[in-house]
This record gives sequence, structure tokens and C-alpha cells, in this order.
Amino acid sequence: MRRADRVDRVGPSGIRRFFELAEERDDVISLGVGEPDFAAPWAARDAAIGALERGRTSYTANRGKRELRVAISDHVDDRYGLGYDPDEEVLVTAGASEAVDLAFRAFVDPGDTVAVAQPCYVSYAPGVEFAGGEVLPVRTRRADEFTLTREVLERSGARAADLLVYCYPNNPTGATMTGEELAEVAAFAREHDLMVVADEIYAALSYDHDHTSIATLPGMRERTVVVNGFSKAYAMTGLRLGYALGPPDGIRAMNRIHQYTMLSAPTTAQYAALEALESCSDELAAMRNEYDRRRKLVLSRFDEMGMDCFRARGAFYAFPACPSGDADAFAEGLLEETGVAAVPGTAFGDGGEGHLRVSYATGLDELKEALDRIEKYIQ
Amino acid sequence: MSSQSEVLALLGENARYTAEDIARQTEAEPEEVRATIDQLEEDGVVQGYRAIVDRRQLDDEPVRAAVELNVTLDRETSYDDIAERIARFPMVESLRLVSGDFDFMMTVEGDSMREVSAFISDKVAPVPEITQTVTHYVMNTYKEQGIRFGDGHDDDRLSVSP
Repeated sequence: MRRADRVDRVGPSGIRRFFELAEERDDVISLGVGEPDFAAPWAARDAAIGALERGRTSYTANRGKRELRVAISDHVDDRYGLGYDPDEEVLVTAGASEAVDLAFRAFVDPGDTVAVAQPCYVSYAPGVEFAGGEVLPVRTRRADEFTLTREVLERSGARAADLLVYCYPNNPTGATMTGEELAEVAAFAREHDLMVVADEIYAALSYDHDHTSIATLPGMRERTVVVNGFSKAYAMTGLRLGYALGPPDGIRAMNRIHQYTMLSAPTTAQYAALEALESCSDELAAMRNEYDRRRKLVLSRFDEMGMDCFRARGAFYAFPACPSGDADAFAEGLLEETGVAAVPGTAFGDGGEGHLRVSYATGLDELKEALDRIEKYIQ
Repeated sequence: MSSQSEVLALLGENARYTAEDIARQTEAEPEEVRATIDQLEEDGVVQGYRAIVDRRQLDDEPVRAAVELNVTLDRETSYDDIAERIARFPMVESLRLVSGDFDFMMTVEGDSMREVSAFISDKVAPVPEITQTVTHYVMNTYKEQGIRFGDGHDDDRLSVSP
């Protein structure tokens, strides 16, 4: 069948090959999963069921149910000090992924350059390419604990870019950025007139310090679109619900594409999300505490077994250096010999080589067993 | 010593965690965790550790009953006195003073309905302060001490995902 060139320009995801390797075995303990191991809070699921029972199966407003937009607006104000008008500045999307895609399509013209902080979630570079933009990798470094610094931005030539996209707390590294660290990025963006797409999908999972959104820093609100959602914080990945926050003209531009393509985010999921915001903060806190305890377990075990791992401060990933230096070989050997699956850092773009993404979104018993096997494997 | 609330939360989740397990999850030293547990036991905050058993799966499934007790008090007899007297019987699994239509909520466990019934009629009902008992035999248990009885967690996630 015919196929557009832009499809071929983007290769299949690097995760894919590893997924197939893991699928060949049935004894795998997976530390390779990029989603919570919890089910969504029962109250949220119950609200979704209730919405279906009442026959709430129509489209909603393009931007999402107003009630939900108001709840989102209150939530981000309360948690992160972000002030966004529910009528003009909030767009509910089918997962944060849709919001990121809309941002690229709404703000990137063919030939524009998008600086992508890497290693990162696998969708940014393909999203930019689908929108006709050019990807400029900004390679973060282990020496900076994989944070964005002015130096790495300068070195990669990001001053010439039109837009910067990053994700903190980060997948795959577990790195976070404090307000002070972000101030450097904000200053750079202002100086070089960069627009910023801040993927804050893991914002609720910042353990060592409170999450700061770059949009709260001076002069940044007008040049930033914040992306967040329910997948990670509320364990609602399969319900596909996210949102974008930004100035009215930015959200209007994104909604122009959204209204012709998605029409509206899944209605059932919007009811679940509203309930999650209204009544599930205890569950959110409980899941967060559990991740935090697993994080501490993973970091201390790596330390004890001599695996070099910086202190991951967020999301549910640790990013240790592979002793052999070759991440692909290490991950494949580990899977083959011990049945433990963890994704090599190379699947997440520049800067991930030599490292392994270890997801601790796995029950404690399995996690301990997997760590025992890793320890044996490296000795 | 490490934080009592952290240690309690973890023991509440799984009393078989070792001091090392708890230490790693709370970034404390195993020695500190041991000291905290000792203190909790000494102070009586932690009263014991037991397995949570799905009795339906035992060959000889015991019989359990929830029993409502109504009592009358007088100048010489308090709720505590009555509770003290009843709680000593080994068949009494739990005993709580509650608000509402009756005074005590008691759970009893025995080998058979005959044994449980005999216990209520011979040992509990004759206590002079007890004016009424209502016995509810347990027909099925779905959740106990926060643990849902079932086939375990069913993880249907993809084994590797971005």
C-alpha cells in the first residue's frame, strides 16, 4: 500500500525490539514497564462505571467537560501555584501524549527546530518529525544528574531552536529539576526567545523536593505550554486522559487541531478524572509513598551491590550505569541469563547509552527478586 | 531510632519484612529499625504478629460468628469488667465496645456450629450483666484486615513499554 514519506523517516520504537525479546519468555520479571502497577483508585473506576450506567456516552465540549476543567484549574493552582482559566487556558486531551502531539502540530512549522532534552520519552522526536520540524537533541549528562543546564543547552546549539521540549521528573532517568535549576533554563529560553513545552506528567511523583513548574517562573507563562495528565499520578494510563495548560492563543491553536481530529477526550475517562481530583488524593499519596519506598530500596540495593546509580528523585525509574558500558549487550544478557527485563538507555535517545532504565513500578516481592538476580548477574 | 509511623506502616503492610527490608525502604540503618520495633513492642503499641488466613481453604474450615451483646451496668460493674470476663475465653477472637443498638461486638471462632452455639449459651449468655445475645454466623469472607481474598494480583500490562 502507498505510504507517506514521513512514516518511513521515523523508525520503529527502540523499545519494540526489546519488547519482542521479553515476550519470547514466560518467566520474565519486568523492570521495563513505563506505567504504574496499581489499578486506578476504585472511586475513579466507580465514577466511570456510574457514568456509563447513566448513559453518559456522548461527546463532551471540545476542550473537555467544564466541570473537569474547573477541577483541573483548581488542582494545579493548589499543588503547583499555576493559575489557568478553565474556559480559555485548559484543554483536556486523550492522554498527555495527545497534548504533546498537538503542541508540535500547533507550534512547529516545516523547517522549524525543536530542541529535545534527551534521554527522554520515545515520542518527542517522532512527534516533531510528523509535524515537519527538525529535531535538535540536547544531550543531558550523568555529571549533571541528567538535568538541563545552560551549558548543555549552549553546547547543543539550542539558542537557534524555536521550541524546547523536556520532561521532568524524567522518564527514563528519574531525574528532577528544582526551581533553582529550572531558573537557568527559563533564563536561556527568554534570552533566545524559545517557546517551551514542559511535559510534567510525573509532577506528582517528585520525592526529594516539591515539583516546580517552569510556567511559574518570571516571563515564562506566556511562552510555555504545560502538559500533565492522570496516567501516572492516578494510575489511569489505559483511560487516556491528559491536559494542556497555556495562554489563550496557544490553547486555541491546539484546540483547532484537537476539535477536527479527536473532537473530545474520552467521556468515560473524563468522569473518572473528575472523581480522581475530587476524592482520590489519599490514594495518590499512598501510591506515591509506596513508589518512594521502592525507590529507596532500589537505590540502596544498587549502592550495596556496587552498581553506579545517581540519586533518582522522581517518576518511578532509576538509571544505573551498566558495568560493561554497553547498555544493549547488558540488557540482553541480563534478560537471557536471569529473566529480568529492563530497557537499555539507548532506546531513549542521546545520552542514554551505557545506562539501564529500571522501573520500580513493580510489586515489592518481584522487585526484590529482580534485584537479587541483577546482583548475581553482575558478580 | 527510625520513625515509628514509617516502621508501623511497613509492618502493617507486611509483618514479615526484615529489619533490613524496612531499613532500605526508609533509608535508615537496620539497627535503628530493630530498636524502633523493640520499643513499639515494649510499649505495647505492637501487640503481636499473625498470618491472615483464608480459612475457606483449610480442610477443616472453622466456624466463625459475629455476636452482638447487650449488657446492663450497675454501680459495681463497668463495661471494662464485663469485657475482661468475656475476653479471657480463647474462643473469643475479638471484642469491641461499640456505639448503636447493642454494646459489644464479639467475634467467636470454633470447630463447629454446635461448639460455637454451646459457647454462647453456656459461657456468654449466663453472665449476669448480659441481657441479650444475637449470633450471626459468618457465611463468607471477602476481605480481612485490609486484605482482599482472591486469586491474587492480575498484571495485564505489557511486559515492556515506554
